[in-house]
Order: sequence, then structure tokens, then C-alpha cells
Amino acid sequence: MTVNADDLLPAGQLPAGQLPDTVIAKTRLRAVHLPRSPKAITGLIIIAVFALLTLIGPWIAPFAPNDNAFAPNLHPSAAHWLGTSNLGADIFSQLLNGARATMVVGFVAGLIATLLSVIIGITAGYIGGGTDEGLSLAANVFLAIPGLPLLIVIDSYLPASGRSNTLLIGVIISVTGWAWGARVLRAQTMSVKRRDFVEAARVVGEGRLRIMFFEVLPNLLAIVASSFLFTMLYAIGTYVALAYLGVTSTSVWNWGTMLYWAQSSNAPLTGAWWWFVPPGLCIALVGTGLALMNFGVDEFINPRLRAAGLSRRGMRQAGLPRHPKLGVTPVVRKATRAVPAPAAVTATTAGAGAGQAGGTR
Amino acid sequence: MTALARKLAVYVVTAWVAITVNFLLPRLMPGNPIQTMIGKLQGRVTPQTQQAIQLQFGVGLHQSLWSQYLTYWSQLFHGNLGESITLSAPVSTVLGQTLPWTVGLLGVSTVISFALGTLVGIALGWRRGSWLDGLLPVSTFFQAVPYFFLGTVLLLVLGSDLHWFPVLGNYARGLTPGFNGPFIFSVLRYAELPVITIVLSSIAGWMLGMRNMMITTMDEDFVLVARAKGLPTRKVVSYAARSAILPSVANFSLAIGLVVSGALLVELVFNYPGVGNLLLQAVLNQDYPLLQGIFLVITLTVLAANLIADFVYVALDPRVRQEA
Repeated sequence: MTVNADDLLPAGQLPAGQLPDTVIAKTRLRAVHLPRSPKAITGLIIIAVFALLTLIGPWIAPFAPNDNAFAPNLHPSAAHWLGTSNLGADIFSQLLNGARATMVVGFVAGLIATLLSVIIGITAGYIGGGTDEGLSLAANVFLAIPGLPLLIVIDSYLPASGRSNTLLIGVIISVTGWAWGARVLRAQTMSVKRRDFVEAARVVGEGRLRIMFFEVLPNLLAIVASSFLFTMLYAIGTYVALAYLGVTSTSVWNWGTMLYWAQSSNAPLTGAWWWFVPPGLCIALVGTGLALMNFGVDEFINPRLRAAGLSRRGMRQAGLPRHPKLGVTPVVRKATRAVPAPAAVTATTAGAGAGQAGGTR
Repeated sequence: MTALARKLAVYVVTAWVAITVNFLLPRLMPGNPIQTMIGKLQGRVTPQTQQAIQLQFGVGLHQSLWSQYLTYWSQLFHGNLGESITLSAPVSTVLGQTLPWTVGLLGVSTVISFALGTLVGIALGWRRGSWLDGLLPVSTFFQAVPYFFLGTVLLLVLGSDLHWFPVLGNYARGLTPGFNGPFIFSVLRYAELPVITIVLSSIAGWMLGMRNMMITTMDEDFVLVARAKGLPTRKVVSYAARSAILPSVANFSLAIGLVVSGALLVELVFNYPGVGNLLLQAVLNQDYPLLQGIFLVITLTVLAANLIADFVYVALDPRVRQEA
């Protein structure tokens, strides 16, 4: 797994002066290569929709989620798109309101856990020795302890004010979620730190912190992104599970709380699918979106997967053989194919095997 | 076996951390939750239980934290996990009755999910770009669905509506538990739907990991050599697969934690009398001794599973054996 440094450069840093305008446009697209795989685009759209809901959900909800003003157990209708609960609250409003807490906890936990994993992983990998031993041990311990049972124990000791604090819950979840990212980043740091440019930076006299976070880190950004998406997925799943168990406050609206109330009023057994299916589907959609974006990042990191992810038509368009051949790595580089001036472009993509599509090893 | 010894050391440290966290959490939490609990219990439990709780959490004993810690350890070594408040029985007895069900359910589902996921992953990697790739988005979706939600839907559609599977509980009422045919058959029948739920939810992880590693491994020289020697395809695939499976086994510890967490909730949905159900009771009743006992036992079980995975890794990878 090598990260192609060229892909990580912002478009402005490419030697644009030598290239005609069309090439600049192509290279600029290539610099944001990530969203070009159909899987990644689908994921991005799903997440964008839910991010929007996070922002405006409570505003566009037709009613207040706790407003038990309607007839109980209504079926879906024009007035109540998803019917009403057994207490007479509008379920669609609960769904829209629930997006915020769910997404915020996922995002906060993902962000903090990723920060922790970056700091711990790169420190362990770069400094090595006793520091590495200690930090790796900590990561392995956190990996081995199952997260959900630990979180249940911690959260059930929290006072009521703590249980309804979504930010606090997010922070606590992040404590159990950083270890995996740290382990992957440590391994990658160890491989990057032996490369010449890091050696050069050391000879020039750059400080340790500067090398770690300005020389090594930019080369690991794709892995950091993947680790963030993965942790966010984990955090949302965990938060929803905690809410479903009733460990977090049942008065904070999120999709897990909705499932908790639906379950405790026997909605599944009475056939009230409009109560428990929508929140479950929303969780699944967000999770799928994050996983699809992660596919995109994987294909970005590993060009071999990029070729493997193509449809049959896509493979034909890229000029790849219909059946994979052994010993041949199909690497898709659409940008280089489309450009009529191969010499200039090859210079910018040199480290990347600079081949035509379907190039050999 | 230096690699294995190192792993073992990590697990010993992990067990120590889990036990110490278990000891410290109730004592360091703000708001003194144990004191509150004991206040609520006045008159509801026997003096004997009250004494057991005081001993376990060190409330009102005026001991230093260190001597409480030593007491805690000596209790633990005697197999004493405290006294459950709601069930008025020792936590170890309660767990002894429920743990086998959970371990059985989890063990069977994990083995099926790992074996099936790995095989499909090999096929996906080997025949990349075929119709099989359509499985990828589908399995990603199943992976993203919360275990308990998938369980609820399956319970309703396949259990309550279509009556394909018996649901709710672990065996049909009226059977005598023991080593007899009808009982064992019933246990297997009742486990089907929970197992299907856990397998469907967890299989995608193994499948994707295996596929990605397979695609990467297929480009290695040794696979090309195997092909060039004219070995049959089956043999070539098995060479590549044996090498590609290593990361899956190495990542077992990450996966098993997620599977255990999910499976505990699946038990709730199916009313399966395992540790997950016990956990819900403990949460609802704020039965802290039971809660802590469950956490400890789950952690130790997961560590044992990790250790097995490490032995498998050593068996698969000759390089690890040679290091010794």
C-alpha cells in the first residue's frame, strides 16, 4: 500500500505553466481524484443529504418530536407521513430531529478518535523504541477490550445530565475507537520514515515534530481519511446501540432512541413498520454511504483495487482485458489517456508508474 | 514462539487493565453512583447482599484504595464476582447459566461467517469484474444495518409472519433439557434465526477484506510462478488464498469485538437467554455488580477467542514459526 504523493498535491502546485489549458483542467480533476469512482460519488451524495438533514432537520420537521398532541397509533397519511407513536407524537418529526444527535455524535467521536490515532500512531511509528512499545501496547489493549460492553458500564455510571449530553457521549465513544487507526498509521509511518525525503528533512535540521506532522503526515492523509470514515461508522453504530439499550438518555432524540421506544411499545409485533423501519433504514443508509466513500479511498490508495472496481463497460473503455491476467496489474489512469501531450504529463505522474491504462508491471 | 509469547503478554496486560478499570470506574465516577444505589436499596435487599455490595465497592468500610484493590483481587481469585441485586444470586452463578448460550451462538456464527465470507472473498478476488461483484454493495448495506434492526426485521418476516423459524427463546417449552434428541434438535432450530442475523451482518467485513487482499496477492510473483508451472487453478488459488488470509486472521481481534457487541443486542431481539439479555436487565435495574461481572466475563472470553486466532495465525504462517 503506497500513497501516491502526486495525487495529494493541491492542483495549484502542479507545474501548470508548462501545460496547455485543457491539461490543467484534467489535472485539476485528477487532483481531486477521490469522488470519480461511482461508488465514492454515491457515498458522497448519501452523506451530503444526511449532513444537510443534520443542519436543517429540526427546522423542517412539521411538528415538535415530543408533542403528543395527535391521536395515537395513526397509520401513515398525508398529515403524518410516518404515522404517530403510541403516545400520539409525529414519527416523521422524530426522524428528522433524530438525525442531528446521531450524526453529531458520529462526527465528534470520529474526529477525536482520528486525532488521537494520528498523534499516537505517528509518534509511535516515528520515534520508535520504548515510546513505540508503550503506545503499541496501549493500542493493542484498547483493541482487545470489546467496546460496547465497556461503554455500557461507563455510561450507566454517568449522572442523568451526562447521559443526555451528546457531546460527552461522543467523547467517551472516541476513547474506544482510536486504537485501530493508530495501529495502521504506525505501520505506514514506519515505512514512510525510511524514505529519502524524510532523511533529507532530518539532515536539513528540521525538528522532530515538524518532520512528523509536516513531512510524514501529508503522505498518510488518505489513510487518515479512511480511518475517519471507519471510526465514524463505528461511532454511529455504537451510539445507536447504546440508545437502543436505553443506556443514554431516552429523551434525547436520535434514531436509536426511536428504536428503543418502538421496541418498548411493541411496534414490531403490532406490525407498525412505519415506526421502526425508517430509523433503521436511515442508520443503514448513513453507514452504507460512509462505507462507499471508504471504497473510494481504498481505490485511491491502492490502484489495483481501482481497476478491480470497474464495471465491465468501464474496463472496456479503459482498454483493460476482459478477464484479468495473472502477473499483470491493470492500473487505470484515465487522465493520462485523455491528454494528447503525453510527455509533459508523464513528468508530473512519474512516481506513479506513468503508464497508459492497462499498463504492465 | 516469541511472537506468541508477546501476544500472550499483551492479553495478560489487557486482562489486568480490564479488571482495574472495573475496580476504579465505580470509585472514581463523579456523583457517587454506588452511594445512590445503596440508598435506593434500603430495605429492598437482604443484609447479606448489602454487605456483599459494600465489600465489592468499598463503601462505608473506611479502607484505603490500595487495600480495597487487594481485597478485590482476592475476591476475584476465589471466583467471586459479587452479588446480583435484582436476581439475589451470586453473579458468577448467574453468568455460569447464561454464558454457554452466548458462547455457543457466537462461536457457531463467527465460524460460519468467517468461513463463508473468506470463501466468497476468494471467489470475488479471483474473478474480479464478474457478476459476483454485484454482491459488494449489497453486503456493504447489510454490514451497515445495525444487528438488532436486521434481527427485528428477520424475526417479523421469517418468524412471525411466515413461520419458517421458531422464535423467542432458546428451545421449545415443555422439553427436558439434557442430552436427548428432541431437545438438541429444538436448540438448533431456535438458534437458526439469530445465527443467520449475525452471519448476515458480519460476513461483509471478512468478504471485503479477503477480496482486497486476494486482488493484491494475485499480482505477486509466486502466484505467477505457480501458474507458469502448470499447476491446476484450484491449487494456484489455494496458494494465493493462504497468503491473502493472513491479514484477516490478524485483524480478528478488531472484528470479534464488533461481532460480540452486535450479537449481545441480537439476543435481546430474539429473547435469547444469553449474556446480552442479562446485560439489558442489569442496565434497566442499575444492577452494577451484575453489569461489571458481565463486562469482565465478556472481555476475558474475547481475549480467549483472540488467543485462538493467534494460534491459527502461527499455524498458517511459517515465517512466524521460524522466528522462534
